[in-house]
Amino acid sequence: MKIYPVVVLAAMLSLVSVAWAADIVGVVTLKGTPPAEKEITPLKEDANCGAMYQTTPTTHFYVVDAKGDLADVVVSLKGVTGKSTGANAAPAVLDQKGCLYVPQILAIQTGQKLIVKNSDNCIHNVHALPAVAGNPESNQVQMAGGADLDFAFAQPEMFLKFKCDVHPWMFAWVSVFDSPYFCISDKDGKFVIKNVPPGKYTVEAAHRKLGTQVQEVEVKDSDATVNFAFEVK
Amino acid sequence: MSAKATAGSSPWLHRFAVLTAGCTFLLLGLGGLVTSHEAGMSVPDWPNTYGYNMFLFPFSQWVGGIFYEHTHRLLASGVGLMTTILAVWLWVKDSRKWMHWLGVAAFLLVVAQGVLGGLRVTLHMDSLGIFHGTIAQLFFVLTCALALFTSRWWVEMSGNQPGFRVPADLRTLVLATTLLIFGQLILGATMRHQHAGLAIPDFPLAYGSWWPDTGPDAVAQYNARRIALNGENDITALQIELQMTHRIMALAIFILTAVSAWLARRQLGGKDALAKLAGFWLALIFLQALLGAATVWSNKAADVATAHVLVGALSLMIGSIWCIMAFRRSEPMTETRPLGAFGVQPVLAANK
Repeated sequence: MKIYPVVVLAAMLSLVSVAWAADIVGVVTLKGTPPAEKEITPLKEDANCGAMYQTTPTTHFYVVDAKGDLADVVVSLKGVTGKSTGANAAPAVLDQKGCLYVPQILAIQTGQKLIVKNSDNCIHNVHALPAVAGNPESNQVQMAGGADLDFAFAQPEMFLKFKCDVHPWMFAWVSVFDSPYFCISDKDGKFVIKNVPPGKYTVEAAHRKLGTQVQEVEVKDSDATVNFAFEVK
Repeated sequence: MSAKATAGSSPWLHRFAVLTAGCTFLLLGLGGLVTSHEAGMSVPDWPNTYGYNMFLFPFSQWVGGIFYEHTHRLLASGVGLMTTILAVWLWVKDSRKWMHWLGVAAFLLVVAQGVLGGLRVTLHMDSLGIFHGTIAQLFFVLTCALALFTSRWWVEMSGNQPGFRVPADLRTLVLATTLLIFGQLILGATMRHQHAGLAIPDFPLAYGSWWPDTGPDAVAQYNARRIALNGENDITALQIELQMTHRIMALAIFILTAVSAWLARRQLGGKDALAKLAGFWLALIFLQALLGAATVWSNKAADVATAHVLVGALSLMIGSIWCIMAFRRSEPMTETRPLGAFGVQPVLAANK
């Protein structure tokens, strides 16, 4: 029974660290006028895919509201590795719906299961195109109503591309992190990185088109705030 | 029976060779459409198609990019079969030993092309796509050469005419221009397989300048402002420089082709077949330049980009065939040499 006090002590310490953990919150904004999105004409012209739409959908590289709040920015703690809880995390889901990937920007941990679904009534192929060694490229069939496909990536990678070659306008970018400390800004530009242990960190905000920005932040016993302002020239 | 009477004397063999070359050209077009539509990986398996035997894949599933990739594979199978038949036919019916081996070479090349195309898919190797596209052009030239070598013109060519010989400087110029065209095709294939869309969105300027800024900040701005419909990769400074090199080489090719056409007319006379062919070649290069511009102006519309590929293939073929015909006409003949380099009684080489 000598081990019992050690276990209790470890549990108490972890509870304490969680209690001391805080969130990093902030807002991402965009200054300047982004280029106009394009209508995905080939989608509307496709016999199977076009039938699912009344109007032609557009690309959405820049999801920004009237106040300039920028969505789809991947915010993470830079340089934090070896902390992945992906193996035990709930699976993330990437769906093919209306011949588009939903969501287009996704973030997962290394070792975390990524489920790719086909909610469409047509064939897709799911082609993962990693650029980092250790994340293998794959290209799999997914028939209409076919079984979900599972993926997991062992190496961190920003904006790992998924595409469908049958419908070339379909693509998504999945960022893979070696820790749970990341999030994606919502439609109001807000982001929350939860349960960050106390300490000094470099927070990185990455947008698919606008590149990355970094800021230093110190997390103590309450939420830390850091905002990012991108600019399109 | 004389070599002249037996060598390639079957008109049906020649017609079949022409048909094979024509089908190869169509196959090139389909292959071009595959890349232009970014459909090269739309069928993840090979040699099956979505688990089906390739020849039994349901027509209802020939959708999107699958349509281009699958029809390309089907026609490739057809061209492979035709090439096999041609190789066997040449071996059995053509009396020229070198033609036997050329037929074998064509067979081996088409098999290699099939394997390269399949491996590109199964190994996910874009670089193989570049080889596959380049070798396709060479194979097309080979099939056209086989059609030429089985033609009546080749076998019965008479050189007993003053000025039939093609001057060496003209032959060298056309050969050099043809090699430059081949280099340009390799460059074009490399650019197409970057999957980055148009590296430069305007023409004749490049990002509004005669020479674009390729510094990191400038390239970041280009990417930030670019809305790529198919989620193409970000462009890089190297890709911009490749595109500029492609444009400069196009200009060089146009100039060299124009000089070739002018020299051919001057040295051979306007009614000479090779002079006319050189003129046609120049017109083709001009068309190719227009198609290149149109590819940029149309934001790389698939049909325009594919037409650009096809006219490029024709340009390479015309230059190659011109060279072969010119060297054939210029073969020296001696009394003690019963057969010329191509195994046929060579024509009298009348000097101008």
